[in-house]
Amino acid sequence: MNHRDSRRSPPSLEPAQQRQLVDVQRRLLLRGSLSLGALAMLSGCNLQDGDSVDRVLWSMSRFNDRVQAWLFSGQRLAPTFAASELTEPFPFNAFYPQYNVPIVGASDYRLEVSGMVQERRPWTLDALRALPQRAQITRHICIEGWSAIGQWRGVPLGDFLKRIGADTSARYVGFQCADRYYTSIDMASALHPQTLLALETGRNLEALPDEYGFPLRLRIPTKLGFKSAKHVTAITVTNTYPGGYWEDQGYNWFSGV
Amino acid sequence: MNNPMSFPGYRRIHAGPVRMTHWLNAGCMLGMFMSGWGIYNASPLFGFTFSHSLTLGGWLGGNIAWHLAIMWVLVINGLGYITWGVLSRHFRHDLLPLSPRAVITDLRAALTFRLAHRLGHYNAVQKLLYLGVIALCVLVVLSGLAIWKPVQFHPLTALLGGFDTARYVHFFAMAGIGLFIAIHLVLVALVPRTLWPMISGRARSRQHEDDHHEPS
Repeated sequence: MNHRDSRRSPPSLEPAQQRQLVDVQRRLLLRGSLSLGALAMLSGCNLQDGDSVDRVLWSMSRFNDRVQAWLFSGQRLAPTFAASELTEPFPFNAFYPQYNVPIVGASDYRLEVSGMVQERRPWTLDALRALPQRAQITRHICIEGWSAIGQWRGVPLGDFLKRIGADTSARYVGFQCADRYYTSIDMASALHPQTLLALETGRNLEALPDEYGFPLRLRIPTKLGFKSAKHVTAITVTNTYPGGYWEDQGYNWFSGV
Repeated sequence: MNNPMSFPGYRRIHAGPVRMTHWLNAGCMLGMFMSGWGIYNASPLFGFTFSHSLTLGGWLGGNIAWHLAIMWVLVINGLGYITWGVLSRHFRHDLLPLSPRAVITDLRAALTFRLAHRLGHYNAVQKLLYLGVIALCVLVVLSGLAIWKPVQFHPLTALLGGFDTARYVHFFAMAGIGLFIAIHLVLVALVPRTLWPMISGRARSRQHEDDHHEPS
């Protein structure tokens, strides 16, 4: 415990010593301005080189995952909108141009299920359509900053996980897609009532068009848009971190909104 | 506030916490501006983008990683400054009171180069600028939270006019802070002897310092 008044008394300096002190302070200022130059060089740090600054950024991103998981409420619903507020046409966005959208056949489509679940049989499209469905009009928020209001209808993921006997104490739900895309979410977000395995979209709720993820996409309004994976072909429940296409390159994993 | 002088012939102008938070804030702001401009470029609100050389992080994922990492340092630093400013009565003594009449008088004097700069004492225009930029910093943080968590912090986002409007609020709060920084740097260039006290905390005592007028 340092007592405030017990600090050493100010030294009285000779003029020459004072000048020396000023010189030292000048050097510190110079060093300060050099570190501004260093900041300019940091702009090369982009999460992709694995240097020490990148490692700090990655660990801050993991810290932000934990903060967001703590902020996330399984009960709080994303705002919903009226049909008159729909964004039409809904923007197309993918990691490839529109002419590379995969065409998935409806009849031979199967949704594979794996990991910590009791029933591992694959699901046909008709079997998925036969499950109780729910619709929502919510805002899709892209990590780029734009947003659009869309309508989706499908099977609540939480209901589906319970139906296949998933261990809901597992940490992750991972998704694999027909376009080599993959992503994963935390179990709390997977069980959120607005998280859907969407089969239909648009004002009239028609089957997903190819560019919006036919035949099945994830729709999760409590996360940024890149988490709503399109053309989902496999779901896995796991405690092993599955990562994601963008997440492995540096997008924040939790990406809650 | 004015501690006994540590050095003969020098007097204390800025307290240690002010200087420390000021320079940490300056570095954080630079990083937030540059990474934020990179994020802006991914989906511009207006018909322009920022030069890639002015951005931090290389690509959108890097921009966001920088922005949300520096965010913590900025907010902790800002909360520290505000807590200290209230507890030490720095705000009450140095930034208040502020009357419209005093602002008009001092602004008129400043624009005709007749306003004295007294080290360690803020005139009404300075008080207005400093209080204004503190308010803008609060607004930039609130609008930032509103677009970071529009579902979890929905009441805040709704208060700012919804997600899309909150993006504009965040942009204009940034632009306002940028304007403050530009004025701030011009004024430091005009009165360079204000720079050293913000680094060392002290300035050479002069006889009749308070009556000294800047050459116009």
